[in-house]
Amino acid sequence: MEIPTQKKIEMLETMLLSRKFSDSLVELCKIQGKIPGMMILSTGQEAVGSGVCAALEPGDVIITNHRSHNHLLSKGADPKELMAEIFCKKTGCNKGKSGTLHLAVPEVNAPCTTTVVGGTLPIAVGRAFAQQYREESAITVCFFGDGAANEGSFHEALNLAALWQLPVIFLCENNLYAGAQRYEEHTRVIDLAKRAGAYGMPGVIVDGNDVQAVYAAARDARQRALEGGGPTLIECKTYRCRGHGETDPQHYQPRDEIKQWQEKCPIPRLSDELVSSRVISSEELKGMESRAEKIVEDAIRFAEESPYPEPHEALEDVYV
Amino acid sequence: MQKLGMGQAVNQALREEMHRDPNVFIAGEGVGVSIHVNPMFPTTGLLEEFGPGRVKDTPVSEAAIAGLAVGAAEAGLRPVVEIMFNPFFTLASDMIVNHAAKLRYLSGGKSSFPLVVRIKSGAGFGAGCQHSHNLEAWAAHCPGLKVVMPSTSADAKGMLKSAIRDDNPVIFIEHMGLYFAPMPVPEEEYLTPLGKADIKRQGSDLTVVTWSGMLGPAMSAAQKLSQEGIEAEIVDLRTLTPLDKETILSSVKKTGRLIVMHEATRTGGFAGEIAAVVMEEGFSYLKAPLRRVTGPDIPVPASPPLERFYIPGEEDLIKAAKEIV
Repeated sequence: MEIPTQKKIEMLETMLLSRKFSDSLVELCKIQGKIPGMMILSTGQEAVGSGVCAALEPGDVIITNHRSHNHLLSKGADPKELMAEIFCKKTGCNKGKSGTLHLAVPEVNAPCTTTVVGGTLPIAVGRAFAQQYREESAITVCFFGDGAANEGSFHEALNLAALWQLPVIFLCENNLYAGAQRYEEHTRVIDLAKRAGAYGMPGVIVDGNDVQAVYAAARDARQRALEGGGPTLIECKTYRCRGHGETDPQHYQPRDEIKQWQEKCPIPRLSDELVSSRVISSEELKGMESRAEKIVEDAIRFAEESPYPEPHEALEDVYV
Repeated sequence: MQKLGMGQAVNQALREEMHRDPNVFIAGEGVGVSIHVNPMFPTTGLLEEFGPGRVKDTPVSEAAIAGLAVGAAEAGLRPVVEIMFNPFFTLASDMIVNHAAKLRYLSGGKSSFPLVVRIKSGAGFGAGCQHSHNLEAWAAHCPGLKVVMPSTSADAKGMLKSAIRDDNPVIFIEHMGLYFAPMPVPEEEYLTPLGKADIKRQGSDLTVVTWSGMLGPAMSAAQKLSQEGIEAEIVDLRTLTPLDKETILSSVKKTGRLIVMHEATRTGGFAGEIAAVVMEEGFSYLKAPLRRVTGPDIPVPASPPLERFYIPGEEDLIKAAKEIV
């Protein structure tokens, strides 16, 4: 099925925004005392979140993991509130309680970001169960990495979702590394998508750096789920261009490998196509880039100028 | 007044709440079709009454069961899920400890997780330590959770109904020994508040704080102590967190002596927390050192004489009382 031009432009915009957002954080997190905690970025993996979220409607839900910024921006989270939360400020989307790692944005149906590897899977089952229980015309997408596919929760969640035919997409973002372990060092099966067959659900392998392919796979899986066809496991094959976190020296990742994958960057792959097919002009592309830059600059300014929460606010929000 | 075992009381609470609120559903291993065909058990008959859409038998998958509750609760449903035996809490614990308890805080108060995890617990069945292990102190150590352990059928019913209506995650621990002990339960609808201890017996010489399966032995010990002129006040804690410090402290202020009694093992048990609260906030009330009457620091053994040795009883409480009165 043809992908509407407007969707292509939307995906390019969210990828550009995510990249500018990450690039700025690469520098900001080096400044002592600026951003607390671990900085985990999805540079080079933008096609996954952008492609999947473009295939969703606002009522669809995403449950995401530690590498969440691209997913959340693509789902429509406010960049200012995200950035302020990453800076741990009072104006952040979670009032400084979550920081960069656990960003929760329920107003765009991205209610849970969990950093426990494999934690997203059972929660997504519950969220999709609620959609089925209420007969909603909506689905849940569960993001996780290749590392999480070896947690026990993966097995329990996929089995239950298939058994009850829940409207969920299990979206494995296989970036070839779980911590310092390359894929071959933690998993024997060549394609994680093949595990889908063991649970009685379709498994789909997608070039995770091709945003249009990601979009099409997510759109098809969503349609199947809405028609009562149950869950799908989609494996997006991509690459972790940066370390697990920004303090990771990546000494175990071959330089050539990083370089080869940087050349497969999903952003020019789409923008070149759109420019060469004259969907957009080079000037329009430049305009899109500077708009993304401006959004990120504004977000950083908002975060910088915002106050920290008062210490006593630590006691709030534990119970209803 | 009707007389019900705790399982039947739980069953009534579930039935009433499911009739009242279509967002309430139950899930767990054998909550619909069970290996126990027994009217004394908590979920008997619910499948027939509410159907498989709201009474969900699950695979043997505790992490998925707890995750089901977390995700569904975030969406605004009111799941009541069952963990078959307390030791299997470990298999569900990531979803309960890292998610149910923390996700509201991490959202900055935007999300809430109105779920109940019912857990069957208690020694006394010769089932051994992987089916009998009271882990309430683990759950009580997690901010964000409420931990409820009723001791009577009436409280179990009223508190489960409150737990289902509570907007926070509640760990609701039922002692299976109480399933088979019929106790009076009011016929009319009622709610029993969480976080409020209940004085089950008034006394002037000694405060005994206890809960769950230990209330029975504590009450019978109090009868015997009374014959010897020692009047014990029995505080049925009912809720571990949030802790009703006020009731404990005002009782200790009145009696000047404290024993905490629980079935769980001693080291790191919740008796230590209550003792610490009284030492910090009620030290001047104490006329004698406080005492703990608990299970010894061993896994629960299977052999009947060994298991009887494990479970604290009225004689242990009487002995401790005489040491400090």
